[in-house]
Amino acid sequence: MISYQIKEDPTVYDAIVVGSGAGGGMAGYVLANAGLKVLMLEAGPFFDPAKDALQLRWPWESPRRGASTVRPFGDFDAAYGGWELDGEPYTRAAGTEFEWFRARMLGGRTNHWGRISLRMGPDDFKPKDGVTESWPITYEEVKPFYDRIDRMIGIYGTVEGIHNEPDGIFLKPPKPRLNELYIKRGAQKAGVPVIAGRGSVLTEALPGAEGRGTCFFCGQCGRSCRVYGDFSSSSCLVMPAMKTGNLTVIDNAMVREVLTNDEGLATGVSYVNTQDLQEYAVKGKLVILGASACESARLLLNSRSAAHPGGLGNSSGLVGRYLHDSTGASAGGFLPQLLDRKRYNEDGVGSVHIYSPWWGDNQKLSFPRGYHIEYGGGLHMPSFGYLNWVPDVNHLVPAADGQQHERGGYGASLKADYRRFYGANVGMAGRGTALARYDNYCEIDPARVDKYGIPVLRFHYKWANEEVEQAKHMQETFKEVLHEMGAIVSSPPPGPETLYGLEAPGKIIHEGGTVRMGDDPKKSVLNRWSQSHDCRNLFVVDAGPFVQQGDKNLTWTILALSMRTAEYILKERSKLNI
Amino acid sequence: MNRRDSIKALGLAAAGGALLLDGCGPETKTKQDAVVGGEKLAGVTDAEHRHNQQLLAEQFFTDHELATIGVLADIIIPADGVSGSATDAGVPDFIEFMVKDIPSYKTPMRGGLKWLDVQSQRRYGKVFAECAGKQQLELVDDIAYPAKAAPGMEQGVAFFGLMRNLTASGFFTSEMGVKDIGYVGNRPGVWDGVPEDLLKAHGFADGWG
Repeated sequence: MISYQIKEDPTVYDAIVVGSGAGGGMAGYVLANAGLKVLMLEAGPFFDPAKDALQLRWPWESPRRGASTVRPFGDFDAAYGGWELDGEPYTRAAGTEFEWFRARMLGGRTNHWGRISLRMGPDDFKPKDGVTESWPITYEEVKPFYDRIDRMIGIYGTVEGIHNEPDGIFLKPPKPRLNELYIKRGAQKAGVPVIAGRGSVLTEALPGAEGRGTCFFCGQCGRSCRVYGDFSSSSCLVMPAMKTGNLTVIDNAMVREVLTNDEGLATGVSYVNTQDLQEYAVKGKLVILGASACESARLLLNSRSAAHPGGLGNSSGLVGRYLHDSTGASAGGFLPQLLDRKRYNEDGVGSVHIYSPWWGDNQKLSFPRGYHIEYGGGLHMPSFGYLNWVPDVNHLVPAADGQQHERGGYGASLKADYRRFYGANVGMAGRGTALARYDNYCEIDPARVDKYGIPVLRFHYKWANEEVEQAKHMQETFKEVLHEMGAIVSSPPPGPETLYGLEAPGKIIHEGGTVRMGDDPKKSVLNRWSQSHDCRNLFVVDAGPFVQQGDKNLTWTILALSMRTAEYILKERSKLNI
Repeated sequence: MNRRDSIKALGLAAAGGALLLDGCGPETKTKQDAVVGGEKLAGVTDAEHRHNQQLLAEQFFTDHELATIGVLADIIIPADGVSGSATDAGVPDFIEFMVKDIPSYKTPMRGGLKWLDVQSQRRYGKVFAECAGKQQLELVDDIAYPAKAAPGMEQGVAFFGLMRNLTASGFFTSEMGVKDIGYVGNRPGVWDGVPEDLLKAHGFADGWG
């Protein structure tokens, strides 16, 4: 007979951290190193890149040759998860869309992310245009934490002195690949600046980083790194924190709710073991959520009690509100100058070698804020579908023998075309600021539960004119850059019928804002330390606290804010009664 | 840990950094089992492995369909002075796997093969695989060039496009195809920018352009 008895662990931990990604990993790391007894719960299995990375595998080692059927970024990508998880649904309100990516594994999405590590700038924290609300904190307050993360984790880049694209403490950046030199030249002609990329990859040895190897340039950061040459929360934070003896990790633990006492303070969490489906409860003096912006919001909304009838920490009614992802749109073509190009190993690093920080003047534009551009292309490792574009464009330039081919074809001449075009492709993708809006949100779906019986999220998200205008501008920019570098583009750029190729919200996997911080408890869920206004021993350290993200990928800011919150906890322990 | 230590940690270079100096990569010690998905690689989840095994155990195409796929694949990618043909690289087995992996390919592939046989039967009185090579190429010529295909051939063009993509995917991701296309990465190395001679040839002043 199945027993539904909840197994209670009598241990009272100093802190319980839910989630092991960038936010949870950093909080666990700081607190465990300070001597606190910390319990970390992770919904997925343990994952160690040294053993579990599919790095340096060949395409034929996957029966689907790396196709994205099972894992959305292909068989070799490190993320266990995707936009759809078996038995863990979410819903969308009619007429709205949102795609929710979850990685269930130690380290979460940091195992496969692009390692693009940008700081938010002074104007991102305190916008001058009045379009969105200010953060309660300034860049100057966060800068020391960014600096320490640069030194501790490692990041490459170049010092540029751009006002809203703050410099860090940089390792040597990788030089551009050949197609990136063409991109740089073309972009500059089009008035678009291009600078060295900024990525958390150890392009040289990082002083003080014990147990981490230096990058050997396989370009496969997305598969996670067997020598820990890039930043993953698993390799750089959680496992080192476990070595202190102060951090205990329980994997396959899907947290059901945060438990509170009569006074409304957090006392621990309950979770279900995803393998044996047994129910557990663990106790902690404080609870830190780093489950990801939407998962943390879901957890709070599912933690109702007499003291917190609308969900834990939700007296403002704002938990789940102001959800925002980045905008994203892309374009590509090929460079006739690179046909029949010489072969050599240009794998480089798995993060970006170059990028374009936002350069525009919004007073002359039809939208607020902006976007940065990431670039790609070249002699990459073969994988499913990687040459499909060739038969669509082989009529656009004369063949090696000077003859004009018909589009498509077969046989010896097509085989030669595949070789001729390989590595001549270029691509670019914009990643921009989408505005945090009250009306874009997630809430508990009143009618649906997941396979563990936990009520699921229902999303309400619509793009507005600001985002669409930004995507339109991206396409215009891409067209100019491609033209100026002499690239050939075979298909017309997407128009208004597809919102200019603007990806659905959630597709860029930069979602944040669901438990925004602020000084006014009526207008925010957390205070400036990411501490709940309603429950003083509850914190959130993922991208939930973001008031408004810039066009800067989130991770470096999640790390900085989580470190800042963890140190606040250490400083305030006596006042918090822990 | 420096780069040499990294490479040692990978277990790839017992003799130290010599590996970086010669042009050759680590020996590929891939077992045939792993290639066809029989052996679970570390990092592949149990559920994923079970799913792969299940797909491998199923059979979708008939012998006749597979034979036709083989003929078409070798028309699309024949052997030449550089490398072998699509069937030499195991493309029909790959396509058999892919239609089970991406079930939306099943009907276009099965129906497309049937379409081809019906066309062939009408023109030459035989199914495609049994036609003479010259007849096969005549028919393929009618569906291999989207811009000049005659009215009535559109469905054949669509099928051939899918078949061509699957063939190229299968061939150029095989060990033979990767060598053919000239991909020389996926091994430890040092990236110090575009080689000097190429910078010059493409008119760039230095590694930063």
